[in-house]
Amino acid sequence: MFKYLFAKNEDIPAGSSAIFFGFSSIVWFVIGTGLGSFNAAKLAFPDFVTGNEFLSFGHMRQVHVHAVIFGWISMAFAMAMMYITPILGNTRLWSEKLGLWNCFLWNLGLTLGLTVLWMGLTSGREYSDFPWVIDLYIASCMAIPLAVNVWMTILTRRTQGIYTTNWFFAAATFMVIVVFVVGNLPEFFHLTGLTEAYLTWWFAHNVLGLWITPVAAAIAYYTIPKVTGNPLYSHRIGHLHFWSVVVFYSTPAAHHLMSAPLPEWLKSFASVEGVLILVPAIAFVSNIMLTMQGKWNMFVENLEVRFTVTGCLMAIPLNMQGGFQQTRAINWYIHGTGWIVAHAHLALLGFSTFLEAAAVYLGLQTLMKRKLYSLALGNVHFWLLLIGFSTYWISMTIAGLIQGAGKIYEVPYIDVVIAEHPYMIARWVGGTMVFVSNIIWLYNMWMTARAGTTVPAGRMPHEMAYER
Amino acid sequence: MAFREYKIGSRVFGLALGGSMCITLFFPSFNMREAVSTEIALDKQLTTGWDAGWNLSDPFMQGSNKPVRVWLESEGQYAYVYPAGTRMPNAVQHPDNLGAIVEKLSMEKGQLAKAAEKGRSNPDGAVFLIDIDQDSKQPYIEYATATRGWNAADVLNAAADENVQHIGAGKSMFVREGCWWCHTLLPEQTQDWQVFGAPPMLGDFNGESPTAFGSDRKGPDLLHVGSRNASREWMMLHFFNPRLVQPHSIMPRFDYLWGSVDADGQKIDFDKWRADYTAYRAGQSPVPPDVPVPAKDSKARALIDFVLSLK
Ligand code: HEC
Ligand code: HEM
Ligand code: HEM
Repeated sequence: MFKYLFAKNEDIPAGSSAIFFGFSSIVWFVIGTGLGSFNAAKLAFPDFVTGNEFLSFGHMRQVHVHAVIFGWISMAFAMAMMYITPILGNTRLWSEKLGLWNCFLWNLGLTLGLTVLWMGLTSGREYSDFPWVIDLYIASCMAIPLAVNVWMTILTRRTQGIYTTNWFFAAATFMVIVVFVVGNLPEFFHLTGLTEAYLTWWFAHNVLGLWITPVAAAIAYYTIPKVTGNPLYSHRIGHLHFWSVVVFYSTPAAHHLMSAPLPEWLKSFASVEGVLILVPAIAFVSNIMLTMQGKWNMFVENLEVRFTVTGCLMAIPLNMQGGFQQTRAINWYIHGTGWIVAHAHLALLGFSTFLEAAAVYLGLQTLMKRKLYSLALGNVHFWLLLIGFSTYWISMTIAGLIQGAGKIYEVPYIDVVIAEHPYMIARWVGGTMVFVSNIIWLYNMWMTARAGTTVPAGRMPHEMAYER
Repeated sequence: MAFREYKIGSRVFGLALGGSMCITLFFPSFNMREAVSTEIALDKQLTTGWDAGWNLSDPFMQGSNKPVRVWLESEGQYAYVYPAGTRMPNAVQHPDNLGAIVEKLSMEKGQLAKAAEKGRSNPDGAVFLIDIDQDSKQPYIEYATATRGWNAADVLNAAADENVQHIGAGKSMFVREGCWWCHTLLPEQTQDWQVFGAPPMLGDFNGESPTAFGSDRKGPDLLHVGSRNASREWMMLHFFNPRLVQPHSIMPRFDYLWGSVDADGQKIDFDKWRADYTAYRAGQSPVPPDVPVPAKDSKARALIDFVLSLK
């Protein structure tokens, strides 16, 4: 990679940035889930590793969250954008060189940021934990270069129209910058009190809603039609999805603070808008499912389709859960419990990770022109991920319901802690399966680069048979 | 962008996103500006100072450059002492955050504007008090250095150590050590308050940063923990090793906050302590080893001061 950083743009092979982003994202995935599994072990066995400040739960938790969100999810997004945007515009990436620099600065910034968090240096605001200096770095060296590359590639496209995936990419790269800058205003201008608390959740909510959700969905809009060969079922529904994300998903930030003394109208408004997020959710899932018509055999036979469809199917419980849990009638029961942690992992480890993994599988094979090294390892990855995640989700959901019951029946807190213990262990086991599956994936991808069968020019990897 | 549709589309997009930001940011800002500081809010912002999260006056989050709260026996009230060089509280630079009435009282009766003249660096130190206005029953900040000529160093020197509370530094520890990943500072507006105490009111946070509400609970809410349990001894044992007082606790040990020496200046032998404790857990010893008393300037002491101040 370093040799290309100072090369002329024309000399850099097409797809290099996407490949580097792809491998970086898998490495961060391994690191992030490893940290997750370590944290889970600490919650299950509090004396597991002790006496070292830097290995204590309070120092490690935010490192896990940021490693997976900024390292795995967002870098996989960058990979997908640098791979898919040019293809859909029938052109090359606007600047491979910018892309490589972006990847380099991203890894550097993230390493720095996570080290700072690890030392406990945090703004004290969940999801915007990075100190404002790092926030400025993220905006200027990570988000803006990515947006410039995506936008310029779309503007210099050689097709007439813009395909659904690319509207989403363009809009999301723009919105995430706005969200990032506005959401961190409390740190830049030292806003305090309830304003700070509200903007914290405004940021967190919109990063999920205007970045992670639409980009993950956009990826599926590409993978499914591409691999199955079916055209997208409906562009209209795609429009409905797009516009309802912008209008509905950007408004219910206050539903994360239903028990704080925010203005009542704001909480009620958020609660109603939150139910309306079901519109984009249903539009998206139905559009993908209907595109699958006649090709359901590929759900079983093809790894990328299996990942994508599983992710889409998980969007159903995710959004049903979301829509209901934020009404006042239900929120008071499950707020602040493991239920929310389960919901968060269903969103990020279930729904979005499965879609991104498909894109990384597909993109790396296509760009490196290599067939996946081993189908067997790919299957092991899929099943370990799915079973591990399900174990996590089920155990934390149960733990959350116990906590909720403990909360309303005013059980002494320690009894809740005791009752949750078995589920904490189950979560750790499930999470560790996810971690192990990712190591296998990294190995599989590495071997693909080294020893995968070459895909002849003009063919797609999924058209070839597996050799192992 | 050849198509007319794309031009229209981008405009509608701007309108949609702008509209949503207008509703979710601009409109609520009116309500939030109306919030008037309560006495609780004044106490919180004066005890924790400018910021308890990462900021330039405490870049390594060691709890340095933080104010202390001093109990004045003679006056029967607290003084908030900002030693020379400590960054002034938020209300000094942004008095409008206090809410209209409290701002007016603090300016007129409390002479808060004189503190602003000292600038952020606060070269001579400052002492603040919280008073209640008899007519309006509203609390306000009094800049005692101007109104009564009190000097920060003098107030500190005159106070006995048990009357000095390092709450500001303690809150930094609370943020740095990630207590808020397991504990909320926000009893909910539903049944919760019967166990954890009253949920906070609208004006209870003005000027506080970060609020560190927390979103997941793995332990009890702490907003009023000081009224449930005011025992310094219990807190000391519990932070050193929660399993000493609560065998089923999953809370981590915070023994490293003790630093290297205890209150008597003796070196703390952590390895020996842990070995003795393991022996106790294994049933080889009938009693657990003694927990060292934290030194006066240790981080553990600041944290305990903070937790006990949560009334
Ligand atoms: C891994 C999660 C976790 C972390 C991190 C954590 N705690 Fe706890 N804490 C608990 C649990 C569980 C309990 C309840 C059992 C007990 O009393 O130990 C508890 C209890 C408490 C109590 C007693 C509450 C009561 O109602 O009596 C206090 C005070 C407390 N913690 C303060 C802190 C502080 C301060 C920190 C940060 C330095 C912290 N905790 C970090 C999990 C945690
Ligand atoms: C209809 C759709 C959805 C609704 C209405 C919804 C609603 C909510 C609510 C109300 C909470 C906070 C609950 C509480 O703390 O009391 C929450 C948490 C969360 N949601 Fe969703 N959600 C939806 C879909 C999604 C999607 C699609 C994602 C991500 C891709 C997502 C990610 C998260 C995460 C990560 C959290 C945890 C935040 C925390 O740390 O507390 N949700 N959701
Ligand atoms: C890509 C995969 C993953 C993503 C995107 C992810 C994301 C997150 C997020 C957003 C949170 C904050 C949740 C909240 O506040 O509600 C979180 C917390 C956590 N995650 Fe993950 N996670 C992933 C994988 C894992 C794995 C494999 C484990 C292993 C067990 C794990 C263990 C944890 C733990 C223990 C917490 C702390 C929960 C708590 O505070 O109660 N995560 N993760």
